[in-house]
Amino acid sequence: MTDPAGLVSVLGSTLGAWYDFRDLNNLQRLITEWIADWGPDWLASIIAGVLGTLGILGVIGPTLLILIWVERKVIARFQQRYGPNRVGPKGLLQPVADAVKLILKEQLAPRAADKLIFFLPPVLIFVPGVLIWGVLPFGPRMSVADLNVGVLFLLAVSGTTVLVIFMAGWSSNNKYALFGAMRAVAMSISYEVPMVLALLTLVVFSGTMSINGIVQWQQQEDVIFILLFPLSAIAFFFAASAELNRTPADISEAESEIVAGYHTEYSGMRFGLFYAVELGNTLVVSAFIATFFLGGWWLWGLDQWVPSWIILLVKTGAVYFLLIWTRGTLPRLRVDQLMGFCWKALVPATLLFVVVAFVERTLLISEGWDTTVALPVMAVINIALTLGAIVLFARVSRPAPLRRPARIRMAGAQIGGLRAARQVASRTEEPQLQVGGD
Amino acid sequence: MTTADDTRLAMQGTIEALTTGDGSEPVVVNLGPQHPSTHGVFRLKVTLDGEIVQDAEMRIGYLHRSMEKLAEERTYTQNIPFTDRIDYLAAMSNNLAYCLAAEELLGVEVPPRANAIRVMFAELQRVASHAMANGTFINDCGAWHTPLFHMFRDRERVLDMFEMTCGARLTTNYMRIGGVAFDLPDELLPTLEQFLADMPENIANYEALLLENEILHARARGIGVISPEMAINSSLSGPVLRATGVPWDLRKANPYCGYEDYEFDVPVGEQGDCFDRFLVRMAEVKESLRILRQVVDNLPDGPWLADVPLHARPEPGESYARVESPRGELGFYLVSDGGPAPYRFHCRPPSLINLSALKEMSIGGTLADAIVTLGSIDIVVGEIDR
Repeated sequence: MTDPAGLVSVLGSTLGAWYDFRDLNNLQRLITEWIADWGPDWLASIIAGVLGTLGILGVIGPTLLILIWVERKVIARFQQRYGPNRVGPKGLLQPVADAVKLILKEQLAPRAADKLIFFLPPVLIFVPGVLIWGVLPFGPRMSVADLNVGVLFLLAVSGTTVLVIFMAGWSSNNKYALFGAMRAVAMSISYEVPMVLALLTLVVFSGTMSINGIVQWQQQEDVIFILLFPLSAIAFFFAASAELNRTPADISEAESEIVAGYHTEYSGMRFGLFYAVELGNTLVVSAFIATFFLGGWWLWGLDQWVPSWIILLVKTGAVYFLLIWTRGTLPRLRVDQLMGFCWKALVPATLLFVVVAFVERTLLISEGWDTTVALPVMAVINIALTLGAIVLFARVSRPAPLRRPARIRMAGAQIGGLRAARQVASRTEEPQLQVGGD
Repeated sequence: MTTADDTRLAMQGTIEALTTGDGSEPVVVNLGPQHPSTHGVFRLKVTLDGEIVQDAEMRIGYLHRSMEKLAEERTYTQNIPFTDRIDYLAAMSNNLAYCLAAEELLGVEVPPRANAIRVMFAELQRVASHAMANGTFINDCGAWHTPLFHMFRDRERVLDMFEMTCGARLTTNYMRIGGVAFDLPDELLPTLEQFLADMPENIANYEALLLENEILHARARGIGVISPEMAINSSLSGPVLRATGVPWDLRKANPYCGYEDYEFDVPVGEQGDCFDRFLVRMAEVKESLRILRQVVDNLPDGPWLADVPLHARPEPGESYARVESPRGELGFYLVSDGGPAPYRFHCRPPSLINLSALKEMSIGGTLADAIVTLGSIDIVVGEIDR
């Protein structure tokens, strides 16, 4: 059995390291190493897991509250209004006030709902939402679990969310909820495919399934993946925003069509939990996009000077802003258009880039090319391929009504019924306004 | 009945559908009367096969306020505030149509300055109403309120001018039988000049944001199509009719208030789909600004209200006056029995009649298309139910 002095000595011997704010994981690592010294291995693993979860929750909770404020403020700026500015300085406490309001509200459940399955989803949806943070590398050694199959873990965990959404939609006994759930299931299943294929490109090219390994590969080769595989990045970004139910792909909770989709019947904090997890997922997806395609915690040597997690945070913020931007600007696609875009555009394009990655990787190894020369060349080729694929898709895939332009003519002196209409239509001069078309 | 029974009954239909036949049965979904996309208390009952609309049934009457009956108990002047509340997004046009009908009945001559002011406010109202219509239409296409708020900025400025002139923003009660209630305040014309100077840039911004937006094209092109023949047979009017290519505008076809003196054009579409309706409204705003420019430049002096007795008793007879409101042909039919109040007060609301084509437009499309089509018709439930 150990004595308290053991802990003190362990801490003392590494005092130079545990408060190093470049790597916030040191403290946890020290505690688990100290437990491993005297205790059984399983205890150390459990303690490590608990500490990691607490750390994640402690970081995410306040971050989410700030993010709600940021998102509302940014959207408000897009829309020429102030956004929240009443509670607290600059409205910073508005999310807190909202949370208090949601907690105090009555929790209603429809009489004909399937009670058990109706109560579970707001809790269950938290599980993948928190688990997914575990494999995110905040720094070279800073992640709760640096799995060697991290990419698989990420996809598997994120795929379970849809089950919870379907539970919520089905048990509510509400047609809007059922429609939302059906749409969510169809969309999630479809958009997993381009997501997997986009990540497969990286896995093939970097030769590792560890998420930290992918970042380290980018660090070693001095290149970020968005330059090498821009189409995979775009596809992953769009597929992720579809999985997150954000415009232009928010069909499963399309407000103007099906009220609030699968969480129509949830009130009070149950709705609040759905909302919080959705926001948290948006944040973690931004972080993963930053990790996979923007180099994660690494930034051309700057990570030697600035704590790596701050670099990741800045990149995450940039991606998150992009997500807010698309949400604030674009209308929503229809269900069939969204599915069509996935299966007819994203899947073939990402598949093409998997093949490209295979070929380039094989050439790189078998020919033994110098990567400092070969990678920029490949980047240029791939960017050209991406542009070509986008232009080709835009040309080929436009449905018939979009191929002819919409025209507005001025009636001039012709006023009347059908005969006047034919006269206006048969006039040969240029229409007043002409948009769209090929 | 216990909760378990409820659940069982509710699920039974679905389970039967999954286990028998081809595994599908239509679902009836009520959109409204409380629903984010119905622009008021309007109920659309759609029968869906998956996402495809098989049948659409419109249920109206949730906002019925019995205005036509109430109007029979009040004098001609007292009825003007009712017309504000018929179409609350185009109160000025409603005031105008009613006053024209009453003037025809009473044989009142309107002074030229009053006519110019009426044209000015009717066109400002059109700008405001089309801003609302286009903004909510884009919202129904799923945009997250951004174009709506930008267009509301213009609408706010118009409403500010209304407030400046008559003290009210929505229910203006500004027109009177024989003219308008007040002369223009001193600060109105500079505000209007500034508004006219700013609007072209704002419209250019909306056009840059929206006209070439591929998602908007995908959502609105070829959706909710109606042919010119069908549109005429359904007596549609306004932008919904003009989007089909029929150049019918009462300001040209049957000029009132001196519209024949102003130079403007009537924009018409080609396909008769939702996108053409949107474009026609965008183009009409520009034409309205053209008219406003001419009104401001040629504003006559003189009285703004003819001498009409407050409790006028017209000769027995009837009159019908119609104007081109932002939504289409807005008519008022008045019958007098010689008393101080109309014997019959009837309104021809463009929204109600335009709405009657919704079923035709939405069957065969998806649920999302039906919502977009409804948004593109631009209904005001206050006008439908009255």
